[in-house]
Amino acid sequence: MSEELFQKMAQSIVDGDADAAVALAKETITAGIPPLDAITKGFVTGVNIVGDAFGRGEAYLPELVMAGEAMKAAVATLDPELKERGTERRTLGKVVIATVDGDIHEIGKSLVATMLGASGFEVYDLGVDVEIEKIIGTALNVNADIIAMSALLTTTMVKQKEVIEELDKEGLRGKFKVMVGGAPVTRDWVKTIGADGFSEDAIGAVNIAKQLVGAA
Amino acid sequence: MSKNIKSITNPKLKLEILTPAEVKKIHDATLWIIEKVGVKFPSQRALDVWTANGAEVDRGRQIVKVRGEIIEAALKKCPPMYPLAARDPNQDLSLDGNHVYVGTDGCGVEVIDIHTGGRRTSKIQDVIDIARVADATEEVAFHWVPVSAQDMPVESRGLYEIKAIWENSTKHVQTESIYDAAEAKAAIEMAALIAGGKEALRKRPVLSLMQCSASPLGHDGGSLDAALLAAEAGIPTGFMTMAACLTTGPAAMAGTLAVGNAEVIAATALLQLAYPGAPVFYAAAQTASDPRNGAYTGGGPEDFLFGAATNVLSDFYNIPLSMGSFATGAKEPNWQAGIENSLSTFMAGIVMSDMLLGVGFLHGSRIWSYAEMMMDCEIFSIIEKIMRGIVVNDETLALDTIAAVGPAGNYLAQKHTRKHMLDLFVPQFMDRRPYNEWESKRDDARDWALAKARRILAEHQPDPLDPKIGAEMAKIIMSVEKKGATEPAR
Ligand code: B12
Repeated sequence: MSEELFQKMAQSIVDGDADAAVALAKETITAGIPPLDAITKGFVTGVNIVGDAFGRGEAYLPELVMAGEAMKAAVATLDPELKERGTERRTLGKVVIATVDGDIHEIGKSLVATMLGASGFEVYDLGVDVEIEKIIGTALNVNADIIAMSALLTTTMVKQKEVIEELDKEGLRGKFKVMVGGAPVTRDWVKTIGADGFSEDAIGAVNIAKQLVGAA
Repeated sequence: MSKNIKSITNPKLKLEILTPAEVKKIHDATLWIIEKVGVKFPSQRALDVWTANGAEVDRGRQIVKVRGEIIEAALKKCPPMYPLAARDPNQDLSLDGNHVYVGTDGCGVEVIDIHTGGRRTSKIQDVIDIARVADATEEVAFHWVPVSAQDMPVESRGLYEIKAIWENSTKHVQTESIYDAAEAKAAIEMAALIAGGKEALRKRPVLSLMQCSASPLGHDGGSLDAALLAAEAGIPTGFMTMAACLTTGPAAMAGTLAVGNAEVIAATALLQLAYPGAPVFYAAAQTASDPRNGAYTGGGPEDFLFGAATNVLSDFYNIPLSMGSFATGAKEPNWQAGIENSLSTFMAGIVMSDMLLGVGFLHGSRIWSYAEMMMDCEIFSIIEKIMRGIVVNDETLALDTIAAVGPAGNYLAQKHTRKHMLDLFVPQFMDRRPYNEWESKRDDARDWALAKARRILAEHQPDPLDPKIGAEMAKIIMSVEKKGATEPAR
């Protein structure tokens, strides 16, 4: 019986159907299925199916994003139940991601955030044009593992450096891994500023993030 | 070298890409978007203008909703034609709807070094070198700041860039790298030095500004402030939408046209409400994101269609258009680059887009290549030739000559042939040699294009800018720099 339900859950994610996912999440609560099982045996399976297909070039971006949204909705529904039972969903790690101050390029950052989310990270997406203090502050508040920064302009790329300098200054550098990316970011730049990871695309970003948290 | 500027003019070819009814439908949809959905204007100054002109302004969210009549009335104030002036008045460009000009592409971040062939970060010296090569090239009618001078201070970089171009070319300069008020103010002062004062600058704007909108349905605050300052000074200003099907616009092309159109005409109307009659242009480089990874494509059938459709819209509003063409996504000058840059330029050219941007980039407007620049120029020349079409009259039918040659024989020894032989296109970079010659050398267009750029760079001496003006410009630049900041070593 729950096998069938798990399959339906996975399918709701594959279909990118947030309403169905939420309805199924509620159903499991009523049925007394442990919420962690619902997530790992049901919904995550769906995310993996879409993620793998996307990696093979057989699924398209909107399908991936909608699967991510459906997943988020399902987890949000199960969250109170999880807390109540004192269980916590195991994620690969927490990532705080933003496009830096002065820069409004959003697409690449959001894709990286989506892919990280779909791959099992807990992602805090702060949006675009985000100040240094807010990036670091959020990372501290949520006890993040990774700070990820996108910059598409040569004039804003320096903010990636400033964040690392600020972390150094505050003695926080050891607390977070720092990942950077965006059109003007090169390997040389990554070395210059002493970031821990860099990738030219979203799938690469996931691999790097996994390495950084020792999950690869 | 060449002082001549090549443009497409009096074309014989035509294309109907949208019917008048379809244009009207897009226009109505656009007005609906601006009135019902709204557009984000994150600038105090812009919001004040909207408030004063009867728009519904949500200060908190910085979203403006405007009735269609207000937008339409404001757009009527746009001047339909005006010149882009050059340091050398013989190189002034006329944005009159009957000329298509090409510029260099802009704001690249890396350069394929002209000597070593290696890829590296762009510097001020690259801005200088590219300006000199472009100065000598008849296809390039005006400059965009081609790459970013990353060895210059962030807060004044855009100013070093335009100074470098003015010092190395007599052609018009358009920049897309000045997008805050302080730099815009300084840039206008610098332009006034060349024109001979603020009033002279209004008549002969030697500088124009291009600002990106922030799709979907938004603008950047710094860009808006810079644009308002430019409009006030009579500097031609355009807003460019880069709405992309799938990510920053609907997946369907018509919807993306409407989203981009809403961004551009709302901002254009803003400038007219603030400074009626200010010279403005429509600018666009819509595209489609790749559904597999969201990548910016920089080419593809959608780009080609957008390239042709947008001029129909800008004609509807009766303002000049700057259209993104070229800008291939290819990583090196190759098959993909040839297809993308030819078709995008053909489609934007055939509808008579006033400005095409621009030559020289690889990897979706990121990497400058001199070889690509030269080959892009040749693409433009080919298209310019195609646009002239086939002229049919007594002279071109050449009946006397046909009778003289008769059946059999050939036309090589005919006066008519000699007179018209250079009506035929003579390519610089197409390989028409015997096979064995190619086999022994195995070189091609890329080698010849690069060699040409190297030759120009070694030999071409642009008319220098008066050093006194250069020195004045340097002072203006210093004034915007942060205290204590020094000019980094070149
Ligand atoms: C679309 C676009 C815009 C849109 C953005 C819309 C939006 N809502 O996001 C708009 C029109 C708003 C825009 C505005 C401007 N833009 Co713009 N833009 C682009 C363009 C064409 C594509 C960017 C994009 O979305 N790519 C698609 C995504 C999927 O790719 P991506 O962003 O590179 O992200 C991928 C990777 O880089 C990586 N990645 C990204 N972030 C991160 C982070 C981490 C941690 C990791 C690991 C990986 C990673 O993974 C992503 C997914 O694969 C680029 C050129 C280019 N080819 O990159 C120029 C470009 C970045 N823009 C440029 C410029 C100059 C501007 C403007 C200043 C223009 C102007 N005068 O107004 C303004 C800046 C405004 C501002 N304050 O930010 C220049 C920058 C050059 C420079 N020298 O700095 C570029 C290179 C184009 C050019 N040559 O002119 N732009």
